[in-house]
Order: sequence, then structure tokens, then C-alpha cells
Amino acid sequence: MTRRLSPFLIAMMVIGFVFLYAPIASVVVYSFNSSRLVTVWAGFSFEWYGALFRNEAIGRAAFISFEVALIAATGALILGTLVAYALARYRRFAGRTLFAAMATAPLVMPEIITGLSLLLLFVALEQATGWPEGRGIVTIAIAHITLGVAFVAVIVEARLSSFNRALEEAALDLGAGPARVFFVITLPLIAPALAAGWLLAFTLSFDDLVIASFTAGPASTTLPMVIFSSVRLGVSPQINALATLILIAVAVLVGGANRLVRVR
Amino acid sequence: MNARRFGVVALPYAWLLLFFLVPFLIVLKISLAHEAVSIPPYTPLFDHGRLVVTGANYLFLLSDALYWRAYLGAIRYAAIATAVTLLLGYPLAYGIARAPARWRGVLLMLVILPFWTSFLIRVYAWIGLLKENGIVNHALLSLGLIDAPLRLINNDFSVILGLVYAYLPFMVLPLYAQLEKLDPALSDAAADLGARPARAFWQVTLPLSLPGIVAGVLLVFIPAVGEFVIPDLLGGPNTLMIGKILWDEFFTNRDWPVAASLAIAMLLLLALPMGLMRRFLRGVA
Amino acid sequence: MVAGFETPDAGAIAIDGADMAGIPPYRRPVNIMFQSYALFPHMSVARNVGFGLRQERLTRDAIAARVDAMLDLVQMRGFASRRPGQLSGGERQRVALARALVKEPKLLLLDEPLTALDRKLREETRFELKRIHQRVGVTFLMVTHDQEEAMSMASRLAVMNDGRIEQIGTPEHVYENPANRFVAGFLGAINLFEGQVAGSDGGAVLVDTDAGRLVATHAPLGAGSKVAVAVRPEKLRLAPTPSSVNTLTGTMRGVAYRGEASTAEIELANGRLLRVTVANTGGALPAPGTSVFLSFAPDAARVLQS
Repeated sequence: MTRRLSPFLIAMMVIGFVFLYAPIASVVVYSFNSSRLVTVWAGFSFEWYGALFRNEAIGRAAFISFEVALIAATGALILGTLVAYALARYRRFAGRTLFAAMATAPLVMPEIITGLSLLLLFVALEQATGWPEGRGIVTIAIAHITLGVAFVAVIVEARLSSFNRALEEAALDLGAGPARVFFVITLPLIAPALAAGWLLAFTLSFDDLVIASFTAGPASTTLPMVIFSSVRLGVSPQINALATLILIAVAVLVGGANRLVRVR
Repeated sequence: MNARRFGVVALPYAWLLLFFLVPFLIVLKISLAHEAVSIPPYTPLFDHGRLVVTGANYLFLLSDALYWRAYLGAIRYAAIATAVTLLLGYPLAYGIARAPARWRGVLLMLVILPFWTSFLIRVYAWIGLLKENGIVNHALLSLGLIDAPLRLINNDFSVILGLVYAYLPFMVLPLYAQLEKLDPALSDAAADLGARPARAFWQVTLPLSLPGIVAGVLLVFIPAVGEFVIPDLLGGPNTLMIGKILWDEFFTNRDWPVAASLAIAMLLLLALPMGLMRRFLRGVA
Repeated sequence: MVAGFETPDAGAIAIDGADMAGIPPYRRPVNIMFQSYALFPHMSVARNVGFGLRQERLTRDAIAARVDAMLDLVQMRGFASRRPGQLSGGERQRVALARALVKEPKLLLLDEPLTALDRKLREETRFELKRIHQRVGVTFLMVTHDQEEAMSMASRLAVMNDGRIEQIGTPEHVYENPANRFVAGFLGAINLFEGQVAGSDGGAVLVDTDAGRLVATHAPLGAGSKVAVAVRPEKLRLAPTPSSVNTLTGTMRGVAYRGEASTAEIELANGRLLRVTVANTGGALPAPGTSVFLSFAPDAARVLQS
């Protein structure tokens, strides 16, 4: 009685998922290899995890990346929510077209252009006003906020325009002021989108190599920058171990977020 | 009322103007300046009140075949990778959209999950698989399928593979969104009226999924053109892509004006697809 | 299953004597009018209707001629170049019908064809469908959950329950002679009196029920077997005085006025509620609270065995 997917579609799905996951799996498996050589399996070992935790450069970079990502995600959440609210609720205001264009353009802008243009801005600003003094965590965070705003705005706007406006109108009708309505009605309703937007902005920031390379200073090397320079020299078991830890963190985080959203 | 509106709009508006729009004007400005041995390494636009503009950087780009080849190379790599991504992603998206409802969420999650993991690490994983003494060659050798290691990395193949791998989720998601909306009764109707499965797909499903195809193609093509990490890690000395050249001009040659004019050139290339994309994003939202 | 999208777990499907097992939908002489109409949104009305003919690789002129004829039949000639999105629900329904009929199938499946229409349009379309049915002479197999729709449109009607056909026959036959309790309760309203057969008496059986001894025309049954006497509301008669057989006494509880008829609810002495339909041919019904007598002719009742 049931309809089945055609064998062709099933085969293509299997190929697709193997393609998506085989490389990731290989990294995880070989992070436990006691040999330095990737191809030779020399037994199970936590050796590289130990080496990773003793690696101060990676530790420092991870701390910086974490700091930047926290600032960037939070900043992007606040600005992105304001953008989404303005776009979803204010149908007309001066310069709305430019505003909407600027808010979504970073979504499709090649990172290399965003990175270069922001660096040139910081240099020009410093020349003209003396701020920012050199580049570092602040400039990377500003760049990542600008990137994250677009993603948060799209996610939150979708949620804002999908829920029933009558809920807000009912609250206004029952005597709640606009600000109160926002915090008591609107905010709880868009909370899943806010969580998703914050997580996405955090991940984008934590993961970014290109924009950070342009906007970082000598004392603010981020984790992807360290990974990149190490990877350029070849495959490293320590990077395998680091990659595995990042994968586990992402799986836990995304799985948790998914649960959170479903509960609501 | 208007004061509150102003309060909501002003802060993000100012932020975007300062950190998104103004930087482009600066890029444009620097692309019209001369390189200089100074900090910063370009001549000012206004020198003693006189506007100093030069088209020299663009003329230089036009005159040097390297830039042309990088420009066209980026388009070629991105176009091939986009086509392969479509061929691979379409059946995947279609299969998920037609899978039993209780499976769809899980399957979709499995497509999105790699997108959340580090881009750099996903590209890096292929180095271990593809290099001369890597996992793939090792497996093929020990199975006796080949006698000598294949050259799988640092060539066109590995760059396109990397692009397809990195951007596959970008293709699957909009395709899935479109295909899932399609009433399965439409395919049934086509079959009922005598169309064999292939014809039914060609005449009904494919044309109706066109918006998803366009969105997916743009979402893959645009970032692929500007890609730097993949050609740098998986490409070889002959891999010329505009993003990589820009990076080298900026970080290695420290020629900021040429890097800026390359960025403007890339923007011109992407202006049309990015404009299309924005229309689509608005349609989706 | 009839169209070939799903495979039956058991049994066989034959069309004109040909077994359909293993024949894919695109080779069956069956066309469907889908519940959602499933019109191709990217094609014009004419291209939708011509879709099936294009699969047969007919010439362009032949296709155009048959499409025009079919659009004439459903009175949609002037809409040939429109897209489905520009049509109303009723117009889409006509196009879907034309598209399914243009291939001259041996069997046309109509999957709840009228549910998407509003009430007034639904009634008009019933007659329209019957007219087209007579014109084209194709067998229509219509699925519906609306009993009234089924009875007014079908020449043969099958009542299905849980994947099984409970009864098949003309609407009159199935309504007047329901085979079992499910069919009796499914098609229209019915009053059931559960009881035991007390004996048979010349072409009628006597049944002892909680409402007393009832007589119903039926072939003899063994005494003691459990049966139900079923009487349609319109077969019950309200009377001021008791009659010779099948007389019940009760109290008027309420009346629902329905235009051409009214349905009264009457409570028996034992608390059971009965429904009686009375044609509004003049004279007011007794006021609620009035005691009334009810009766029915033995040949108006049906005996349902468990």
C-alpha cells in the first residue's frame, strides 16, 4: 500500500550522504591514530589530543576566537533583531530600500571583498580619527557583527512575518504599551529564531578565516588562522584532533538547539 | 510613534552605513589611487585640495594576462562546480522531499549539519583523503586497482571537488524548499495522463522547481567565484582564481590599490547574480 | 490502486476483463480527476487539457481539435489561454474534468470532486457532471464522503467500510434495503429497535423489543435469534390515535424545521429517542410535551441480522 522512493533516488541519497560525511569521518578516525602518517593505522591513541592541549598557540587562538565570537554573536543578535523588526513592521520609512539592501547584501557578498573593504575602512578611520588604534579583537568583532547582522535579520524577519499579528494587536487592545507588547508577546514568540540567529552568528564568527585574516592584528590570531597556517604545511594529527573536538561541540550545540526549538 | 521608529532604525542604519557602505566607497577610492611606499601603501585621493585619480590599476589588470586568466578561471571553476552540485544536489533534495514525513526532518538536518562545522576543516579533510600517500590512494593501491598513486590533489579535479563538497548544502536547501511545496498529485496527474516517469519529471517537476534551481545555482556560484581557501589548499600552481590572486596581491605583494581594483572587478562580475539573489531572498522571506 | 499508484495487498483489479496488476499508471485506461485538481500551474488551460494527448504523440492539429471539443463540453472555451492560477474553483474543476476525459478513458476516477466547492456551486455541478456523464458515456467511479451526493449522482453505489465493500446496488435499493447496521446508519438517519425474534407469521416476523412487539415483513427466522428492526424516519407516522400494528407511544420533545419537511424528536416511555420526518404539507405538528402515537407499516420496516 505504501509508496516507495525509486531505487535511483535512494542510491543518489546514499551517495550524497556518504559524500557529505566520509571526509568528516576520516578526520575523526585518524585523530585517534597513534602514527603521524595519515595512511598508516598504527593503533588507537589519545596522543594527539594530549599534544593539542599542550599546544599554547592553539589554546590562545581558541580563547581569542571564543571571545570574538561571543561579542560578534551578541552584537549581531541585537542589531539584526532591530533590522528584522524595522523591515517586518515598518513598511515605509526614508531610505528603506537602501537599508534592506545593506542588511541582506553581506549574505551573498564574497568574504574576501567584505574583509578587504573593512580593513581599508579601519586603516582610513585610524588615519583620520586615531580610532581604532591598530587592529585586534575589536576590529574582528566589528567585521563579524556586520556579517552576522544579515543572517540574524533574515532568520528573525522570517519568524516575525510568519506569526499571527493578531497576538500583538490583542495585547495592545488589552492595554499593554508597545514596548511592553514587544517584551511580553513578541520576544517570547521569536525566541527560537533569536537562539538560532545567535548560534549561527557565533558559528560564522568562530569559523571565519578570510575576514579575520584581513581585520586581525599581530596579537589577535584566531583559531582558523592558526589552523590555516598549520594546514598549509600539510596534514597534521593535532589538527585532526582539534577538528574532532569542534565537530563534537557543533553536534552537541546544534542537537541541543534543535531540541530547544522543538520544545517550544 | 516616529521617535520610536527612529530609535529602532537609526542604530542598525548607522552601523550598516559605516561598516558596509562606506568601506565599498573606500575600496573604490583606493582602486583609483597609486601604490606608494608609505603607511598606508597608497596615495591619498586628495593631494593639497586636488582630486588625484588614476585608472592605472585597471589598465594594469587589463594588460596582464594573469588577471584575465584568474578572472575567467574563477568563472570556469565556479560554473563547473555549480553544475556538478546541481546534478548531485537535485536527486538528494528530491529524495528528501518525497521521503516519509517523519524522515524528512532528520535527513534535512544531516544535510545542514556539515554547514555548521568548520568550513576550513571540511576542506582540510580532503587533503588527507586525496594526497599522494593519502587515504584514497592507499585504499586503491591495497585493493590492487591501481599500481601507482593517482594524482588527485593540487589540480582542477580537487578544486572542483572541494567547491562541490563545500557548497552542496547551499544547493540542496533551496531545492528542497521548492520541491517540498510541490503537490505530489501533480506528478501523479502526469503519470495518470500517460507520461512515463522521465517525461513527467521533465515536463512537470523540473519546470515547477525552477525557482529552487535558480536560487541554489546563485547561492553556490556567487561564493564559489570569490573562493580563496579551496584553491589555496586544494589547488596547484596552475589554479588561477580571482579570490586567490586578490589575497596574494594584498598579503604577499602588498599592492593595495591593485587588490582593491580586483575587488571592484569581482563585484562587477557578481553584480548581476547578486542582484538576482536579492530578489530571490525577498521572494523567499 | 485503481489508477495504479498503489499496489493492493490482496485481491485483483480488472478493467474490461483485463487484469491491471503490474501495469503502471501511465499505461492504464484510467484517468483521474484529483481532489486538489492537480492542474499544472505552469501551463495554460489548453496545454493542461492537451497534456495527455501530447504523451500519445498525436499531431498538433488533432490535439487542438480534441482540446477545443472538450473545452466546449465543459463550457470553458473562452478560457483556453488562461493559467490555472487565474481561474475560480469551479472553473478549475471543469478544466480538471476536461483534462481527465480528453483521453477517452475506460474509467474516470473522481476523487471527492466537489468537496472544494461551495455549497451552491456543488449542487449545480452535480447536475453538470451527470449531463457530461451521459454525453461521453465513460464509466465514472466517484469517491465521496457525502452520502446525499452519492445517492443523488450514482447509478450504482457501493458503501465501503475499512477497505471492504459492505453493500453495492442502486441508491434506492441500498437505501431501502440496507444489508447491515453499518450501511443502514451510514446512508441517512434510521431508528433501530434491538430485540429477539418471537416467531414468524405468514411473510412477517414478530420481534420482541424494548418498545414492545413489532411486526416486520421478512422471510421466516428462527425464534430467539437477535435482530434489529430498522425504520427510516420518513416511514414513521404520527397519529393522534393508536393503529392496529406497530404502535408506539411517546412525547414530543422538539421539532427541527427543514423547509420541505420537519424532523421531530420523540421520547418513548422508556426514555429512547426516535426521529420522525413529516412532510410539511399543511397542518402544524403537535406542540412539544404533547403525547403522540407513532406507527409504521410492517413492509416499511427492515429486519437486520447481527
